[in-house]
Amino acid sequence: MKRNFLLVFLIALIGFIYIGRLFQLQVLNKIDNSPISSATIKIEYDYPERGYIYDRNGEILVANQLSYDVMVVPKEVSKIDTLEFCNLLRITKADFSKRLKKAKNYARWLPSVFIKQLAKSDYAYLQEKLHKFKGFYIQKRTIRDYPIKTAANVLGYLSEVNELQAKNNKLYENGELIGKWGVEKYYEDALRGKKGKKHFNRNNLNRITGSYKEGIYDTLSTSGKDITLTLDNKLQQFGEKLMTGKRGGIVVIEPNSGEILALVTAPSYDPNMMVGRKRSIHSQRLFGDTINNPTYDRGLQAIYEPGSPFKILNGLIGLQEGVIDEKYGVYCNGGYRYGKRKHEFMRCHCGIYGRPVRLKKAIAKSCNSYFADVYRKIINKPKNTKIGFDNWSDQIKSFGLGNYLGYDLPVGQKGLIPNAQYYDNRYNFGWRATTNISNAIGQGEILTTPIQLANATAAIANKGYYYTPHVVKKINNIDIKDEKFTTKRQTSVNPKYFSPIVEAMHEVFKTGTGRYSQVKGIEICGKTGTVENFAKIDGQRVQLPDHSILIAFAPKDNPKIAMAVFVENGGYGATIAAPITSLMIEKYLTGKISRTDLEERMTNLSLEETYKKQLQKKNSIASTTE
Amino acid sequence: MRQQQNNIFANIDWVLILIYALLVGFGWLNIYAASSTEETRAAFEFSSRYGKQLIFIGLSFPMIILVLFLNSKFYEQYSSLLYIFSLLLLAGVFLFGKKINGATSWYSFGGIGLQPSEFAKAFTALALAKLMSDRQYNLSLVKNQVKAFTIIFLPAFFIALQPDMGSVLIYFSFFLVLNREGLTVRYFILAAVALVLFLFTVYFGIKLVLISSLITLTFIFSFLAYRKKQFFRFNWPIIILAYIISSIFILSVGYTYSNILKQHQKDRFDILLGKIKDNKGIGYNTYQSELTIKSGGITGKGFLQGDRTQGNFVPEQDTDYIFSTVSEEWGFLGSSFVIILFMCLLYRILYLSENQTNKFARIYGYGIVSIFFFHVIVNIGMVIGLLPTIGIPLPFFSYGGSSLWGFTLLLFIFIRLDGHKKYDY
Repeated sequence: MKRNFLLVFLIALIGFIYIGRLFQLQVLNKIDNSPISSATIKIEYDYPERGYIYDRNGEILVANQLSYDVMVVPKEVSKIDTLEFCNLLRITKADFSKRLKKAKNYARWLPSVFIKQLAKSDYAYLQEKLHKFKGFYIQKRTIRDYPIKTAANVLGYLSEVNELQAKNNKLYENGELIGKWGVEKYYEDALRGKKGKKHFNRNNLNRITGSYKEGIYDTLSTSGKDITLTLDNKLQQFGEKLMTGKRGGIVVIEPNSGEILALVTAPSYDPNMMVGRKRSIHSQRLFGDTINNPTYDRGLQAIYEPGSPFKILNGLIGLQEGVIDEKYGVYCNGGYRYGKRKHEFMRCHCGIYGRPVRLKKAIAKSCNSYFADVYRKIINKPKNTKIGFDNWSDQIKSFGLGNYLGYDLPVGQKGLIPNAQYYDNRYNFGWRATTNISNAIGQGEILTTPIQLANATAAIANKGYYYTPHVVKKINNIDIKDEKFTTKRQTSVNPKYFSPIVEAMHEVFKTGTGRYSQVKGIEICGKTGTVENFAKIDGQRVQLPDHSILIAFAPKDNPKIAMAVFVENGGYGATIAAPITSLMIEKYLTGKISRTDLEERMTNLSLEETYKKQLQKKNSIASTTE
Repeated sequence: MRQQQNNIFANIDWVLILIYALLVGFGWLNIYAASSTEETRAAFEFSSRYGKQLIFIGLSFPMIILVLFLNSKFYEQYSSLLYIFSLLLLAGVFLFGKKINGATSWYSFGGIGLQPSEFAKAFTALALAKLMSDRQYNLSLVKNQVKAFTIIFLPAFFIALQPDMGSVLIYFSFFLVLNREGLTVRYFILAAVALVLFLFTVYFGIKLVLISSLITLTFIFSFLAYRKKQFFRFNWPIIILAYIISSIFILSVGYTYSNILKQHQKDRFDILLGKIKDNKGIGYNTYQSELTIKSGGITGKGFLQGDRTQGNFVPEQDTDYIFSTVSEEWGFLGSSFVIILFMCLLYRILYLSENQTNKFARIYGYGIVSIFFFHVIVNIGMVIGLLPTIGIPLPFFSYGGSSLWGFTLLLFIFIRLDGHKKYDY
């Protein structure tokens, strides 16, 4: 019996070894079998339609259009008439080989884009013939379409997700579209929708053999949400028209809601340039233009010294702090002496001699001396200058200046409202209220963006509060409920102090610097500004034409519109900014323009010559203090 | 006698029948899973692989009935004739056969192929049993050893010419029978040493193995001499002979490996020994097979749910690699169950063989245990990545009429012989 034991033993041994090996493979080393990681499952996406974008009156600003890509699966390409194919697609033979090689390098079995975004006419023609060319087919995609050429800076554009982004963000795959700027970027999540997923079984040759588990893991796509903007398309286009040939920005806000009615930057571009087959050429041209900077949103990103409009805020704070009242008067006499030395004198053009300038007059005539005095009084109210200065700084900031406003567009600038700490760091020898007396008249260290000024104007129009400006009104036809945009933000100034200021601003358009830009039947309140700016050319300080600035709201009672206008190198506030403002206000409030000659004149007024001159001097422009 | 013969169904071993039914039935389910796709499942197609296999299974019933109703004496009396008949079939293949996948091992009858080598195993087992059941037969005589070797290797020779090396390998399993019947263990030790030397040579190269084996031999001789207290009385001729033989063997292994073995055969060893890693080319089968097994996990993905099986990731998955389907869809539990089922089959035949009063039936039983055992070892060992790629079917599981009928014939002749034991003498 000893001999028959060998087989008994061997069978047991092999059985033990094999089951042990199976245990090792299937229990200890078993592999993750989830549908995502498995090689046997192919995932196909069903792309939802991206949400449309409308203006506040329901006009379509952004829609979708079909585009046709020629795709290629290199492995399936067999003998084709290359010459005919190249003629069809209007490419050269070298280009053909280059594209095919690129596709081969990516993957032989997988489709890749051969030619992007054919013209519709090409598609119809090509579709007839393409069956002759094995391995090539046409894939439809949706791309953006802009029926109205407007507001490119607000709408933004889409771009393809690159490999790195796809790696870092699980929501995207390489080559998918993502909002890159403007509303497209900020509201990407809402606009994108949710792509559907379909799982397919695939075999060893990467061919699809059927639905995976009858589709229990499949999801349907959810189309993107439509967005209604706060922009008024007509006003926006009108603003863009008025700004032709100029550089600058117009920001228009509805004061009682914080909704941005128009956000004009000039120069701008046609949003259709950022879609289609020539996109890359266009984008190179747009982003490469460092002279005109069409992709730079001057309404949001450009920081200027606010100039005279800033005086309004100083007046308000003076009233709030009790250092002045409506009756308080200052003798101007052509300037304000704030020190004993010769240069410690600020000139003034208000032209009031021999009698005290009071608040209303000071605003209407833009008296420098008056506000220098008020500013000095505010800072010096407490014994400690630093406390006084910080108090002033905080109150200015309560109008939304000196920091990001928090609006729903992805670009912006902080601007600058200095505080005591800032001057401590800057002046080693110590500083006083008069060290930077220019702050009183909105020059000096003060820097603001047009949208910040427009927002401050809205706060003045509202007599003491504002809503954070925003461009989106409804998502999927439901009013936005974001607390950020529905919370009333109080300024530090008591509402009762606004009335005299508003009256004074009304005076500006009645009798003051804006009197030539009155509109019949509309009570406009505003403040012009003229900001000196200089450039250093060959080491010499050269004065450039002033920036033309204006803030305004209308009508005086129950304001419907608040705005800020900046025109670079436009001269006096009264000459360019004021007419533009009055036209915009008239357009928005009445829906028509009575002064068509003025409209024509402003549209045709070009500052290109001025800008060219600066360019010839070949030096960068630097706004400097005076 | 007549009455007892009519009563064959009362005497057959129902345990073996049950195991057989389980293996064939479960095997067919896996062939169905491996050869059908979701679309083709809607309608049952007899022209498909699983449909044909069902026909093969159906056709095996007449054969079973025939095998069971023939007198058990028939197999003993006509074993020589059957053996010669199978040799003729094997030889005839070169004249009338068909070449498939580079091997001439098929007869073709109207679309259905027959592989004589699958049937030759059964008849060789019968012939060997007939030879060794002779009362005069004594395996310690070299003359008798040569007789036995001739019976075993004559069909193997024809099969080697086809060439079908996997099937040739199976004939070595008869050494287990010879061992049971008294063949000296030295052959096995020699074979084991040769196998180890072969693998070592392939893995480490000639020089290293040559030197280390000579050193090992020296140690063994010294140890033996020390045990026998004969320090200075070495048996020089034997020692020198041992050195020479082992050197020649190692050198010839090296030569065979690098000059005689075909590239694909070399590759199989290299893949197994981990000398090269190529999951997309020559190592694709083994790599995919292991991945598929791993993906099954403990409980498997469920019947017809094996996505790797559905995707045809493992080549030959309804034939040689059928076990990977079991592993993927039924998991560790299912694949262990199959191994245990085979162990039950082997132990049951072994148990019945040991209880045979008839020497012929006992030797035949041993023969088929050895054949089944080798098939299971080689096939499953290949699929789970323990042995090199050798293409032989898994009994009752792999797709194919010839192999199913061949194995059925093997098993049922034994069941017939076993059923007769009670009134044999």
